[in-house]
Amino acid sequence: MVRQVWLLILIVAGVALGGCGGDSATVPNSTAVSVPSGDAAGVGANQNSGTSTTGIAGVGGPDGVRIVPGPDAPGLLSSLVVYFDFDQSDIQAEFNELLAAHGDYLASNSDVRVRLEGHADETGSREYNIGLGERRAQAVRRVLLLQGVASEQLNTVSFGEERPAVFGSDDDSYALNRRVELAY
Amino acid sequence: MTRTLPTRIVVQCMVAGMLAFSIANAQLRIEITQGVARPVPMAIVPFSWEGSVGSQAPFDVSGLVATDLVQSGRFDPLDERDMVSRPTMPEDVDFDDWQILDVDVLVIGRILPAGPDQYTVIFQLYDVLRGEHLLGYRLNSSGDELRINSHRIADMIFETLTGIPGVFSTKIAYVSQEGIGDTSRYRLIIADADGANPQEVADSPDPMMSPSWSPDGRKIAYVSFEGEQSAIYVQTLRTGIRDRVSARAGINGAPVFSPDGRMLALTLSQDQGNPDIYMLDLAGQVLTRLTRNVAIDTEPAWAPDGQSIYFTSDRSGGPQIYRVETYLGADVERVTYEGSYNARARVSPDGTQLAVVHRVQSNYRIAVVDPSTGLTQVLSNGRQDESPSFAPNGAQIIYATQEGGSGVLSSVSTDGRIHRQIASVAGDVREPAWSPFPRI
Repeated sequence: MVRQVWLLILIVAGVALGGCGGDSATVPNSTAVSVPSGDAAGVGANQNSGTSTTGIAGVGGPDGVRIVPGPDAPGLLSSLVVYFDFDQSDIQAEFNELLAAHGDYLASNSDVRVRLEGHADETGSREYNIGLGERRAQAVRRVLLLQGVASEQLNTVSFGEERPAVFGSDDDSYALNRRVELAY
Repeated sequence: MTRTLPTRIVVQCMVAGMLAFSIANAQLRIEITQGVARPVPMAIVPFSWEGSVGSQAPFDVSGLVATDLVQSGRFDPLDERDMVSRPTMPEDVDFDDWQILDVDVLVIGRILPAGPDQYTVIFQLYDVLRGEHLLGYRLNSSGDELRINSHRIADMIFETLTGIPGVFSTKIAYVSQEGIGDTSRYRLIIADADGANPQEVADSPDPMMSPSWSPDGRKIAYVSFEGEQSAIYVQTLRTGIRDRVSARAGINGAPVFSPDGRMLALTLSQDQGNPDIYMLDLAGQVLTRLTRNVAIDTEPAWAPDGQSIYFTSDRSGGPQIYRVETYLGADVERVTYEGSYNARARVSPDGTQLAVVHRVQSNYRIAVVDPSTGLTQVLSNGRQDESPSFAPNGAQIIYATQEGGSGVLSSVSTDGRIHRQIASVAGDVREPAWSPFPRI
């Protein structure tokens, strides 16, 4: 009997570890022990142990999965872009809250990494625009560092004018291309 | 640019009764004023094809020679239909036939079969005014090489007449982009200087930038964003094999070969994300830092003696051109003072001029700058002109511009007089780089 319990505990551990391989932080929900699929021999007995677990909805985010900033995230974390004025790389005051929200999130989730992708509008010289994009990404990086984000969590890259968000050649389009995107 | 028939009939009538007087008059050319050089009237008689009866010439050699010389803007071709005679051999040339037509220069030639897919091309060049033979040449060619050999013939004629080496047989590299977003495709292409014969040497779904030729014309350095980070590659053209020479954290950009081919100047931001100019010794991978400034320092360009590098820096507020000595990164000096935006310098082969991107109000245009005085002359008139590159004879600058919402390549003579659009190619085309003279 004791040996069967130990066997079942090992199976549960195996399932839990196997479940953690792909996603960043999935917590397996289960009401019963399950046998790893694809195992023809069916290692271990398919019976309930003395312990069972129950998932409860509404805690720790939808489906028990950690929030990832993006269109489906709540509040400020749904926005992933900071915009800049012509030829500028200072962070405008209107983006302070946004960066505070992302800074908080990153500081609280120290295993999460984000790539700061800097961009420029198409006016002027291409390689100089790579420099502008980098300077903008670095400005966002500095703000996040000040919020307690670890530097290993931050990676920067500049695409200059090479990856526009919009394709017009008017001032409104240019304004939408002068940006840093937070890519989680 | 062919002169119209009625004018010449008038001329012929006037001349008919006064032959001796008209020969003397031919030496008193009336120059067109307003600072435009008068193109030299030239006759290129279609070369004969001396293969078997009924067979076709393998290539229109004289046609391509004529196109090259006309497109240089310096020559005004005589329409074939106006030719009184069509000599192909020296003994058939009668200078009177050409002086009557007001032609200064005459080219004649022949194409002969010389074996399976082998040909001999013979041509002669004459100064009609003086009745002198200037140049005679015979070359052998396979069928495939008739195109490049036509360009070489045009180069020889051009140099004999102007004293300037021709660039018709050189190459250009450029980046072509097709599609947008996820379906984007970037290609690095090498084509003939007239845009013909494009050949793809690299192909990627991610951006490529800044192609730069090695001085021996055998390699190209470029920036690629494959894998979502920038890196610099040096690719050998003949084999297509490439080395990744810089993939440091941050920017790896703007590679340019030194005049001796041993080093690359490039932009790196490995020091705290700040873009600066470095030199990389390609053999030993030794990196030397040249600028140390919180500004964006980028877009290096070597002076032909290898002793200094021009670069773009915004250390004074906006982008301007500076020069730094390659030895110890000493003596950083500002070079451009006209206008609020000067970037992406390229140095003329003789080192006396820079081509730059220069902003005029909100328009980005190509200008030449004298680096010793800062004197600036705007050459182009687009809204978004960029990436200038000198021809190896220093007489022309190729650059990227916009036409109908699409990127195209254009060229302008360094005196600003002659403008030419390069034969259009598929896709959005940008970042042209003119090859060095081929080394035979």
